[in-house]
Amino acid sequence: MCEACGCAAHLEHQVNAEPGREAVRHVRDGRATLEVMEHLLEGNNRAAEHNRAHFATNGVLAVNLMSAPGSGKTSLLEATIEALSDRYRIGVIVGDLATENDAQRLRAKHVQAVQITTGQACHLDAEMVHDGLHALDVAALDIVFIENVGNLVCPASFDLGEHLDVVLLSVPEGDDKPAKYPVMFRKADLVVITKSDLLAVMDDFDPRRVEAHVRALASETPVIGLSSRQPATLAHWLAWIEDALRRQRGADRIVPAQGSQIGERLG
Amino acid sequence: MHELGLAQGLVRQAVRIAAENDAKRIEEIVVRIGALAGVEADLFARAYEAARLGTAAEGAALVLEASPVEVRCCICGAIGRVEDGGFGCAGCGSRDVVMVAGDELLLVRLALSQQEGTDDGDTDARDTDDGGWGADHV
Repeated sequence: MCEACGCAAHLEHQVNAEPGREAVRHVRDGRATLEVMEHLLEGNNRAAEHNRAHFATNGVLAVNLMSAPGSGKTSLLEATIEALSDRYRIGVIVGDLATENDAQRLRAKHVQAVQITTGQACHLDAEMVHDGLHALDVAALDIVFIENVGNLVCPASFDLGEHLDVVLLSVPEGDDKPAKYPVMFRKADLVVITKSDLLAVMDDFDPRRVEAHVRALASETPVIGLSSRQPATLAHWLAWIEDALRRQRGADRIVPAQGSQIGERLG
Repeated sequence: MHELGLAQGLVRQAVRIAAENDAKRIEEIVVRIGALAGVEADLFARAYEAARLGTAAEGAALVLEASPVEVRCCICGAIGRVEDGGFGCAGCGSRDVVMVAGDELLLVRLALSQQEGTDDGDTDARDTDDGGWGADHV
């Protein structure tokens, strides 16, 4: 591991102390070989850092919610807004391939919500979130939730400038999702099992197996369960959000995700 | 299917670096993809075939280096590869490990040329001091 920044880029990065610079050039007969060592998502990662700085300036906590389509991201946000909006000012950037449906559901809860329709794109990137931020009055917010496009693959590769990543997994999807989508679940700072009210009728789903699959990825990420339809089950989730906001505003400011792309640490 | 977007980004990145170095042509692009980078090498290679068309990278061969997942054990200190998604330490079996390789998505190296692809004109290649590329320096 690189001792300069703790990234997983091994030895080369230590040699090329200035990432993004072409540190070594071998030249012969009008031909040159450049050792570049630059992240492929360099542009995205720069935009993500810009977003993160924008959040920091305004004392805002940014949380990226990711899951398969239909796991209950919007429902969880509705329930979260119900529970927290008397104490915190919440804004949402929501991505879907088409429709304004989710943003309309969230606006009905009297929060700022901006819909990003990605067309054919299967994920949000930092530029899209940047555009979304311009449609929000960030200075008047405490928490921004980014509801990513429903997809357990592509969104894992894109840093959006968030502080924390939450991955949702609903009971009907099966308890082996972390084993099937290791990249996504390794990125998670919190794994939330949703629709826990269905555990009563889906006895082949065992939350302990979810946790075991997460641990098998060498991840210490907490795993919690809840049902957005049962407000009493939200206590852990709400406490986690409030604790994150306190940390974000306090001395031990959140350093983005341990399981995230090395590029953001390079850049 | 974000490989196409990534390939287009790679082409832009390579073309920019080539221009900064006064290169006429990109001959080869070397990219390292970690096993847990979330990118399929085959799809990425196919996406690159489309992305390079009509750009200064059109003639550039793409070389993909696979980077297996390696972890360092926090208990016994051993560094080893992990296979088939099992993240345990190969030495002592502990799961208290940190990943030291395997999530990279890096543009590693570019092979550039000052010769045009089709004609042999090197008319302005010797003008600038750095752009001359004549000297053999490392």
